[in-house]
Amino acid sequence: MNLVGTGLTVAAAAAGAATLCALLVPVRVRALVSGVLSALIGVAGVVAGGAALSGETFARPLPNLLPLAGISIGVDALSGVFLAIAGAVTTVASVYGIGYAAGTGRGRTAQALWPLFAFSLLLVPAAASVSTLLVTWELMAIGSLVLVLCGDPTDGRVREAGVWYAVMTHLGLVVILTGLVWLSAAAHAQTFAGLRAASGGLSPAVRGGVFVLLLVGFGSKAGMAPLHAWLPRAHPEAPSPVSALMSAAMVNLGIYGLVRFGLDLLHGGSRWWWIATLVLGALSAVYGIVQAAVANDLKRLLAYSTVENLGLILVGVGACGVFADSGQPALAALALVAALLHTATHAAFKSLLFLGAGSVVHATGIRDLDELGGLRTRMPVTAGLFTLGALGAAALPGGAGFPSEWLLLQSLIHGLAVPGIVVVVVLPVAVGAIALSAGLAVATFVKALGTGFLAKPRSPAAAQAHEAPASMRAGMWLAAAACAGLAVLPGAAGPALARAAAAGLRGSGTPVSGGVLHQLTALGSTLSPLLLVAVVAAALLLLRAVLMLASGPGRRRAVVPLWDCGAPPLTARMGYTATSFAEPLQRVFDDVLAPESDLDVTPHAESAYLVERVAFSRAVPDRIEHRLYEPVLHSMRRAGQAARVLADGSVHRYLGYGFGGVLVILLILVAAQ
Amino acid sequence: MLAISLVQAFLVLFGAPLLVGWMRQLRSRLEGRVGAGMLQPWRDLVKLLRKAPQQPEGTGPAFRIAPLLGVACGGVAAAAIPLLSTRTGLGAGADLIAVVALLTLATAALALAGLDTGTAFGGMGASREMTITALAEPAVLTAVFALATRVGSTNLPAIVAATLNHGARLASPATLLAAVALGVVVLAETGRLPVDNPATHLELTMMHEAMVLEYSGPDLALIELGAAMRLTVLLGLWSALFAPWGIATGTSVAALAIALAALVAKTALLGALIAVGEVFMAKLRLFRVPELLAGSFLLAVLAVTASFFLA
Amino acid sequence: MGTAVLSLLGKIASIGRVAEPAPTPPEPAPADLARRAKALRGSAQVRCVDAGSCNGCEIEIGQAFGPVYDVERYGARIVASPRHADVLLVTGPVTRNMAEPLRRTYQAAAEPRVVIAVGDCAVDCGQFAGGYGVEGAVADVVPVDLAVPGCPPTPDQIVAALRRVTGR
Repeated sequence: MNLVGTGLTVAAAAAGAATLCALLVPVRVRALVSGVLSALIGVAGVVAGGAALSGETFARPLPNLLPLAGISIGVDALSGVFLAIAGAVTTVASVYGIGYAAGTGRGRTAQALWPLFAFSLLLVPAAASVSTLLVTWELMAIGSLVLVLCGDPTDGRVREAGVWYAVMTHLGLVVILTGLVWLSAAAHAQTFAGLRAASGGLSPAVRGGVFVLLLVGFGSKAGMAPLHAWLPRAHPEAPSPVSALMSAAMVNLGIYGLVRFGLDLLHGGSRWWWIATLVLGALSAVYGIVQAAVANDLKRLLAYSTVENLGLILVGVGACGVFADSGQPALAALALVAALLHTATHAAFKSLLFLGAGSVVHATGIRDLDELGGLRTRMPVTAGLFTLGALGAAALPGGAGFPSEWLLLQSLIHGLAVPGIVVVVVLPVAVGAIALSAGLAVATFVKALGTGFLAKPRSPAAAQAHEAPASMRAGMWLAAAACAGLAVLPGAAGPALARAAAAGLRGSGTPVSGGVLHQLTALGSTLSPLLLVAVVAAALLLLRAVLMLASGPGRRRAVVPLWDCGAPPLTARMGYTATSFAEPLQRVFDDVLAPESDLDVTPHAESAYLVERVAFSRAVPDRIEHRLYEPVLHSMRRAGQAARVLADGSVHRYLGYGFGGVLVILLILVAAQ
Repeated sequence: MLAISLVQAFLVLFGAPLLVGWMRQLRSRLEGRVGAGMLQPWRDLVKLLRKAPQQPEGTGPAFRIAPLLGVACGGVAAAAIPLLSTRTGLGAGADLIAVVALLTLATAALALAGLDTGTAFGGMGASREMTITALAEPAVLTAVFALATRVGSTNLPAIVAATLNHGARLASPATLLAAVALGVVVLAETGRLPVDNPATHLELTMMHEAMVLEYSGPDLALIELGAAMRLTVLLGLWSALFAPWGIATGTSVAALAIALAALVAKTALLGALIAVGEVFMAKLRLFRVPELLAGSFLLAVLAVTASFFLA
Repeated sequence: MGTAVLSLLGKIASIGRVAEPAPTPPEPAPADLARRAKALRGSAQVRCVDAGSCNGCEIEIGQAFGPVYDVERYGARIVASPRHADVLLVTGPVTRNMAEPLRRTYQAAAEPRVVIAVGDCAVDCGQFAGGYGVEGAVADVVPVDLAVPGCPPTPDQIVAALRRVTGR
């Protein structure tokens, strides 16, 4: 058994051991033991993924593990990317979770389910048959659902988030199930190898229908607008390590599903599939970041940022499909490599950001940016590491997101070589959408960092914050190391990602040879983030030295009071809050956001002209949820109530239904003969 | 060659206050005044460097690093852009998107410094500045797209060399539209009228100034130098992309001397146009600026479609 | 808009220079002021503080910075914050409400800093001496380096005072 198999086996063993320990070990050491074992799952996942990316493959059918269909495990380079990412995030979040759980004392359920959830994230990319995929997908969904509910089972918001998440993820499962069952039935095969071989013979209508179903199902998991509504509800309410794992590892599996089925197993498909993916991705990116820019809740901001980044990844995947369909293998590989690199960098900075947010919640108990502030002095390590994550999310030089967004833009810029009117119209708008989301991301993360960590504390809880305990800091340092590594040396991942792209495009008949890297560099533009960061750092040090020399030796900076226009006191109430920071943006995007405000004026008892109290509140709801989901839910409720007529309790009526049902089935069977 | 990059960086470092002085002097003369002379900004900077350094209480690393980052990013951008010659030392790393991102980094750092002070003006300036930056990004990157697709690369020396070789391209609709779009963006990013008034004293009309109200002494000198370098770099970038005549393609001293003269002339001309334009313009209301930037984005999208259809 | 631009351009061309020629340079400043003025070396950023004046001095200061007297040609420029300033132009007798703000403004300016009291009210309370709302002259609240007497002083005198600071 090669390294990949060893890794997966070790992960399985560690998952079992961690679950048992969480159930049996006494409370004092439970967090430490189960955290260490869960970190081992993550390390094993990284090793397995790394081995797969370096070219090894692994295939093992386990026919007796599941009745009728059996389990089939298969790992290639594309799975390797997602294995490595999930493993890395698991390690980081597990180390963090040791300190996080110790304080709040999350119960046995959460501690026991965490290793199972983490292991399921490793199993989904390793699935090599439809039944395996569906079983592991459901395991992942149930695990994450219970972990979300463990945030605080008595809180109404958490329960509501759980209900939304449960319904949407299972609707997604039903759609994926329908699509995959249809595909298997049409292809008369269940394993991925069989599907790949048989797809060529399917009609375009079948392939198109299956793809649409899979786009809806996998896209919903990936937070694609308009099916994203569960993301900004579930991720903030979950405990922070769980949010990190969900945002940085679980949503990626939606992308995995699309790439595996669309590009690989369904042989690339038609151009309209990928243009639809690209358009929906661009829409998600813009909508996600606009909502993030006006969000006050720190974790909701990060959740919408996940929607934005996954939208960008979908743009890359869509572009890859369009290029593959137009016979441009180098461009297709470039686009897919860009999408996979962005998946990796997003995982790095999003996990760091969520862990930082978790430290803030742990220290202050507040998630609302309007009430935070001034945390830099009390939590310097968290503030510094959050800055690194924010730099990555804003895609600025020195941040992890910069090389991957650059690569994504490069793949689109070269895309005008593809003929077709639709492409000429869609690509510039996609570039404009990416640019808008990049600009708004800078504004959003300046807001999160500036109003959350800088300035003065705006509430007593923020004024009494304390630094995170050692294991939480260790988890954040690990995530920061990954961010920094990807920021300056993204090229190190180049050969591995090229292999993954080759595996992803294998079925589509696009010849991606080993020389693809050569073709990538021959595309005319290069970026050296290391050089850029090094030169800027050198310039900074030089300037600092010149400044110290110019102001004379021994001249220390005098600490002076802030300029308050001469009229003290300057209180924290006078500083800008997150809402005020985002107000110009909210006005610009007023039509998209449609904020709801409520003004309540209570006049005095004696006279209507004297005001006793004014209460003002404003909220920015998720407009897509408001306009799209609520009518659907409303009509379903009405339909359900109308249908109560059919179930009025009369036994004769039910017997009549049974008789009618059997008649109909017999008629169908006769007609099908 | 590394030497050329260093020369460009020092040229921008020492020439930026001269450009600001030139623009102020021109405005003074148009207003019927005598003006302080082109060297006045340098006198201001030297004096500020010799003042006592101050640290407002409660501010931290964000406040201290923003002035340094402004000058550093401006200097690195100046080293990367082919101002004098296409053979700059950063060669393969001189990417147009990277240069734009560097300048955005400097703006973000200054916005964080404004928020770090915790005063109302700092937050206000930061909020407005980040809104403008966010809304200018689509126009910038789409215009970059329009320029890069003709050449097949976003590498700055490659774009400039391609424009030099095919001079007729400069008159094509795509290039003209992209030039206007990027011109509006340059005004927005450097905080000139009609987006922002660099000489205002009224806090409610400030964008860039409001973020730096708390700075004094050497920090303020670096902030002002950084703003001047940003203006010079952006004007140099615009002229390199749309008026590259004079830029050397080799490293011979004669060609570089011509390039230097051309650079000075072009930057002075662009600065003069902006200064003269400012005499006739008033600042736009803050919530009208997004409309201006949206119009610039539309022009950039038209540039891209034109570059395809009229290729 | 085009005709407005053209007509404005025509007006600029026809009017030309408005600034009056520079008068003779004033006598040099006293010793310790000269030391600080040397540090300022030809550039003085000015912050005007109205400590309670009737606005007469403000109008004259406005004229000094206007096109006719044009004190900017000697290196003085008005700035928005006392942190950016070297010179504080204080006008008016210091009222009780403005005493503390004036002190804070003085402390907000970084060294080397110069205070110029403009107008009779700033120098010795002028005709408001002894008023119930008046704290005192400017010199009673912050150290004054130069005084420009007059009610109001002419722009020439204000220009001369600033020239002693900038040395141009």
